[in-house]
Amino acid sequence: MDIGWYLAVSALIFTIGAGGVLTRRSPLVILLCLELMLNAANLALIAFSRMHGNADGQIFAIIVMVVAACEVTIGLGIIVAMHRRRLPIDVDEMRELQG
Amino acid sequence: MTALKFFAWATLLAPLAGAVLISLVGRRLPGRGAGYVGTGALALSFAAAIGTLVKLQGLGEEQRQVVAVAWDYARTAGVDAQLSLLIDPLSVFMILVVSGVSALIHAYSISYLDSDAGYVRFFGYLNYFVFSMLLLVLAGNFLVLIIGWAFVGAASYMLISFWYRRETATRAGIKAFVINVLGDVGLVLGTFFIFKHVGTVDFLTTFEKAKTAFEPGSADLTAGCILLLVGAFAKSAQIPLHTWLPDAMEGPTPVSALIHAATMVTAGVYLIARMHPLFELAPSAADVGAIVGCLTLLVAGTIAIAQTDLKRVIAYSTMSQIGYMIMAVSAGAYAAGLFHLMTHAFFKALLFMAAGSVIAAMAGQQDLDKMGGFKRAMPFTFGCMCIGGLALAGIPPFSGFFSKDEILLLIGDRGGWYWILYAAGYVGAFLTGVYTFRMIFRAFYGEPVREARELEDGHLHHAEVHTNPATGEIEDTEVGFPGPEHHIAERELSMKFAMSALAVLATVGGFLQIPKVTHVIDHFLEPTFHDSALYERHPSDGLLAFGLVLGAVCGLAGIAVAYYVWVKNPGTSERVRLRLAPLYRLFVNKWYFDELIDALVVRPARWFGNFAQQTFERVVVNGVLVGGSTGIVRSGSSAVRAAQTGFLRYYAALLLLGTLGVVFYFLVAA
Amino acid sequence: MAEVLFFLAGIGAIAGAIGVVAVRNPFFSVLALVSHLLCLAALFLLLRAEFVAAAQVVVYAGAVMVLYVFVVAYVGGQDEPLGPRAGNGLKGLSLMFGAVLFIELCVATLGSGLQLIDSNGTPVPDDFGSAQGIGRLLLTTYLLPFEVASFLLLIAAVGAVVLARRRGGMSSAEDQARYTAMDLLRPAYTGTMAEGVGGRRRLPAAAAAAAPAAPAAPAAPAAPAEDA
Repeated sequence: MDIGWYLAVSALIFTIGAGGVLTRRSPLVILLCLELMLNAANLALIAFSRMHGNADGQIFAIIVMVVAACEVTIGLGIIVAMHRRRLPIDVDEMRELQG
Repeated sequence: MTALKFFAWATLLAPLAGAVLISLVGRRLPGRGAGYVGTGALALSFAAAIGTLVKLQGLGEEQRQVVAVAWDYARTAGVDAQLSLLIDPLSVFMILVVSGVSALIHAYSISYLDSDAGYVRFFGYLNYFVFSMLLLVLAGNFLVLIIGWAFVGAASYMLISFWYRRETATRAGIKAFVINVLGDVGLVLGTFFIFKHVGTVDFLTTFEKAKTAFEPGSADLTAGCILLLVGAFAKSAQIPLHTWLPDAMEGPTPVSALIHAATMVTAGVYLIARMHPLFELAPSAADVGAIVGCLTLLVAGTIAIAQTDLKRVIAYSTMSQIGYMIMAVSAGAYAAGLFHLMTHAFFKALLFMAAGSVIAAMAGQQDLDKMGGFKRAMPFTFGCMCIGGLALAGIPPFSGFFSKDEILLLIGDRGGWYWILYAAGYVGAFLTGVYTFRMIFRAFYGEPVREARELEDGHLHHAEVHTNPATGEIEDTEVGFPGPEHHIAERELSMKFAMSALAVLATVGGFLQIPKVTHVIDHFLEPTFHDSALYERHPSDGLLAFGLVLGAVCGLAGIAVAYYVWVKNPGTSERVRLRLAPLYRLFVNKWYFDELIDALVVRPARWFGNFAQQTFERVVVNGVLVGGSTGIVRSGSSAVRAAQTGFLRYYAALLLLGTLGVVFYFLVAA
Repeated sequence: MAEVLFFLAGIGAIAGAIGVVAVRNPFFSVLALVSHLLCLAALFLLLRAEFVAAAQVVVYAGAVMVLYVFVVAYVGGQDEPLGPRAGNGLKGLSLMFGAVLFIELCVATLGSGLQLIDSNGTPVPDDFGSAQGIGRLLLTTYLLPFEVASFLLLIAAVGAVVLARRRGGMSSAEDQARYTAMDLLRPAYTGTMAEGVGGRRRLPAAAAAAAPAAPAAPAAPAAPAEDA
């Protein structure tokens, strides 16, 4: 397949993930959409790695996966803490930065 | 030369060191410690002044104008500003008088203010004042003169409103300061006018260049000298800037003695004497000075006859005598004017000290109407007051006689329309005798009042509830009150010492310049005034004899009138008052000067201040400028704040927007 | 064959992505993501990245998603309305954003004219993408990122523990019960910065008690003792 197709798929998935981040209200789902975006980036990396014949892209993708895992951990930890404090799990309620 | 400069600096800096020391550790000293430190500093200063005198006389006649420079302030914009002292006979004369009389007054205050809560503060202020006055007279250029002038004004303000919880005192302090500031403005503007032509602020250089820099009768020079005169009049309480001096009697009596009799009010006289080369080149300004001095001595004399407050009588007497001095130095009789300055310092300080003693015996009451018959109860005070009064009235052989007569003699010698001033001077001498002995007879003669009788029994009168005698308001005994204890001269050693020293000086001080016999002052001051055309004058012997006799006669006549009206026929004064009621009203209301200044100056200023507040301040400054600028900032920030919604997704959207922008940029740039 | 597989996996990935975004129940979103990840692993395989595909399935779909499932179960995924409650027009705006972004990315990637030797890509070495090859690279050229990544994992682990633990620690079941009961009594937003800076309009009726009672966060644990 043309590498271009893979890149198109990656772009589409990234866009869908970005739209989800902007649209959804539950922080859980927002994190999931973030995962989507990261995966899209991974796909692009792998595609380019295949294109250049260089395994560096794959290494990069592995590291991105590691980072995604860490970020998910912390994000979910925050959501658990919010739930523990009986705060509503809704990003529109977290508005202390207003003003 | 260096020993001379050292002594001059020591004279100047000893009181400053005293003030600093008292401010820092005064409270920790036991009892009267602060007083002793202050007096000690002044004694050191006086000793250094004597050292300066000795060293100065050790120099040759031509060299007796020494400039001692400490450092340069700045040399910019064509102004050579240095911290320099001018040590010459005039300044040494002044520092001797200032430091000597101040030392004695400090000694007097050690016990006079003993129980005052502000004892330490008083001596700090007083030492600072003496430092400023010495700075003023030792100044070597206009800049240091202005600095000393301003410091003296500030010290005067601090000391007049010393008992600052009294509303009358604070108001008097403000009045004095405001009028003094007016004088400051005159002084600075006058300096500028002179500097504009001469190009330097140094005194000696200015005087040398004055003859060439100004053409005769130059308008600039006349204007500058008149502005300097404004400064002199404000400081020396001449008409029309005199209204602060009687109110300044709100301060403690030593303050009145020092500042408003012996030293600060003489600063104007010193100024004119120092600037004599300029005044001689602008004779119209000098004439203005002479006329104002003459007017003042007459007006003040008439007011003093009608005053009932003991200290105010002496204050108006001061005003009148300074009128003599200003008249003298404006007319060219420099040595005579300064001689009168010295003798006046002696006997006026003595009078104030004695008045303080009487007021203490009256437990703070200053009204002459309530005093009487203290002669038996306070003999020492009575004696001192008599000596001071005789010297003031110009009775031979006391010092005032010689000094006043020399002034009038030299004024008569000028001739022309100066004969009017000559005649006015003798009228003033008569008035002086009247009001001085009116004061003495009313306070000491007659039926002893309750306080006097108590004192004869050995009990000093105390008031149960301390009230301000003038307004009746209850005193704040913590700070705004002259202490619960009163000290009279008969009981305090330091007061006796100071008053005796001054009494001796008031008696024999005149012998320094007996006409035709001794010319100590003349010769001493010659190096300063040698360039004056008016200095070397030899009045005729006939005029001299006539003047001496006339002076003695006027003084004795005044005493006789006072004796007749207030001792012999006690009801005379009421009858005269009724007969000449309008005149009496004029005198009692101080020639309505206060009301005049109130209408001319105070009311418009207040109206303008109100207007500025209501219209300008509120509308323009607060509304337009402040409100406008904050409004702009506020609306700008609220516009920006709209982006801070706090919604996470908005921020994510902004992030994505930024990413879009970056990608777009790279797309385009590629 | 490769094309067919590509299209299958591609459509599956896109469907999964749309499912994540569009489905209301978070649990189903998680499942959609899992399927998306599996399809993505297939895509990776097509691109000769075997190790990465395996890692994707094992680590991502296997571990991270399981973590997600646990958290969704604990937190309780409520259904939520999709539209933004506040912030009008955000939906439309985000759709527009998305479209623009997509077009840009396509232009960026496709329009640059990728030069390929053949449609299958360049010839690759034998151990390209294999565990051997990845391993060698990780331990030689990319040793530092490898170590830093492991450090990052350590930090994340510690952080997760710190975030999710209870304050103060529980000594006994009875304390636990008391704490939970008090937790219920304590109104929302206690101990937060919002409370500290002085009250919020959304506070329930207990705001009157909460706002003056706790002027600063450290006082919050003591506040229930005062209030109750």
